[in-house]
Amino acid sequence: MWYLCVFYHRLLDYRKPEVESLAELYGGLQMSTVEWKLPQDHHPDSPFHFVNLPSEDVARSIANRSILVKGMYELWGQGNSYEELEESIKNYPEDRKLPYLACESTFKITVDSFGKVISFQEQNDRIKGLSYIPFQGRVDLKNPENKFWLMETDDHGANNGLPPIVKRTVFFGREIGGADRKRIPTYQLKSRMYLGPTAMDAEMAFLMANQALVTSGKLVYDPFVGTGSILIAAAHFGAMTMGADIDIRVVRDGRGPDCNVWSNFKQYGLSMPVGLLRADNNLPPWRPGLKEVFDAIICDPPYGVRAGGRKSGGRKLLKGAVAPYTVPDDKRTDHIPSTAPYSLAECVHDLLDLSAKMLILGGRLVYFYPVLRDYDIVEDMFPEHPCFKLVAKSEQILSSRYSRVLLTMVKTGPYTDEIAELARIKHLEFKENHLKSLEDGSLHSSVFSPSDPQLSTGPKSWKDIKQKYRGKYV
Amino acid sequence: MRLLTHNMLSSNIKGVTNGFPLGIEVEKVIEKQVDFNPDFLRNMFAKVEWKALVDAARTMGYAELPEEADLSMLESDDFLKRFHHALLELHLEEGALVCPETGRKFPVNKGIPNMLLLEDEV
Repeated sequence: MWYLCVFYHRLLDYRKPEVESLAELYGGLQMSTVEWKLPQDHHPDSPFHFVNLPSEDVARSIANRSILVKGMYELWGQGNSYEELEESIKNYPEDRKLPYLACESTFKITVDSFGKVISFQEQNDRIKGLSYIPFQGRVDLKNPENKFWLMETDDHGANNGLPPIVKRTVFFGREIGGADRKRIPTYQLKSRMYLGPTAMDAEMAFLMANQALVTSGKLVYDPFVGTGSILIAAAHFGAMTMGADIDIRVVRDGRGPDCNVWSNFKQYGLSMPVGLLRADNNLPPWRPGLKEVFDAIICDPPYGVRAGGRKSGGRKLLKGAVAPYTVPDDKRTDHIPSTAPYSLAECVHDLLDLSAKMLILGGRLVYFYPVLRDYDIVEDMFPEHPCFKLVAKSEQILSSRYSRVLLTMVKTGPYTDEIAELARIKHLEFKENHLKSLEDGSLHSSVFSPSDPQLSTGPKSWKDIKQKYRGKYV
Repeated sequence: MRLLTHNMLSSNIKGVTNGFPLGIEVEKVIEKQVDFNPDFLRNMFAKVEWKALVDAARTMGYAELPEEADLSMLESDDFLKRFHHALLELHLEEGALVCPETGRKFPVNKGIPNMLLLEDEV
């Protein structure tokens, strides 16, 4: 059945993949088979979409678990004017409507708008205008059984910030479910005890957990755990969590006994991670033969813009300039081993290799990958692996220079030695093609170097075109 | 560090061929209650190296696990509870993990095993 799916007008690229992922989790659908339709004359960036889902229960579960679905509705009628809406509602089958209008039920009608403000008086007038619907129940504004929504968009105007070609549309529907956004202030970073410079914000961490299909009892791993901000979202959904980090101060000590990774979980009353360790993603200490243990791997790898990656072995050592430093026996316990920079290309290769080995079949790898914005986003610019299929990519713009793309990959085949070799070759090709943006430090300098005044004179960049509507480029 | 983690780790020092299972040097063991989740346990059972878990639990002072275990035992609530306790509730808070081949100690402080290798071990 088709449902009206209304999104919050933010993180536009993340909206459909979230619903599709949750449709797989709750409805057993394949992500790519979820059908979408746009209302007539609406732009893909419009918050109004139609989605085909197997049942109302599935639609409700998806909406309630999501972060970006403002509401999922059974559409009773729509039109470009209130006259058209009335006709459309009257034509909607009685047997779909009457059960929700019965005299012993309670209901509430909410008037909502997109791209305009409707005054309280106008809202009341609009509700009174619905008197042709035979409501028999009692109004209950606090705790109604049935919630009805009257939603209205404006025409696209030069200056109202609406996506192009959105025509004025009025929708009327019965609410089935919607995101619980109270989770976001509960978990917001500003009230979290222990934070690092790249802690993942709560909304994004929940989106990542949804992309990874995290549910109760699953084992979720973050190889760059830091302060645990991603695992907190996974633990919120009941997962067993495990994390590793190369920096022992972050993962073991934090800022004291009541301000560390453990205390972050305690703060929200979540189950503690089942494992936290200091390990190097480049030389992971997993036992040989250990495979297919994690249900999901979710992480934000260090891509060298705000935080750089490190790996074991000093810089000079790895270049072969010096022989390995032999640590004297009496100094071994407190010795702090030197580390070398860990390029993004290598880091991602290790991440894919680890995930190919350690994820269960059908398990998901969800991670951020940076891109420079003067490139067009094309399919083959993202890392590939023969064990994985890329099922979603969602861009979030971070500055005028660069964005990060949330990649969702599904493990589709088992890991073998032949596959590992194939992956290595694929990775070398990838490195060859994308070396420019991945070379050590180059991403950092592209993001932070001062712009060339001679280059930025033409009205080429989106910044110079002062259009009010910028879609996801807000 | 819980024994679940111990069961997944090995010594990855260059040249070491058989770094599993790591020995455990106990300084301080603590027990923490964890919610019992039978589905998770059934799922993990197939992935756990049983003997290593039994030995590790014994080192930590818990000898209630059977030497041998098979899938049929997952039906028993009593067995699952013991498995749960050994796998998730015993914590090595202070101590070390010992490489079975070289004797190198990986310290465990505040419950966090430090598996990072020194320069001459990479």
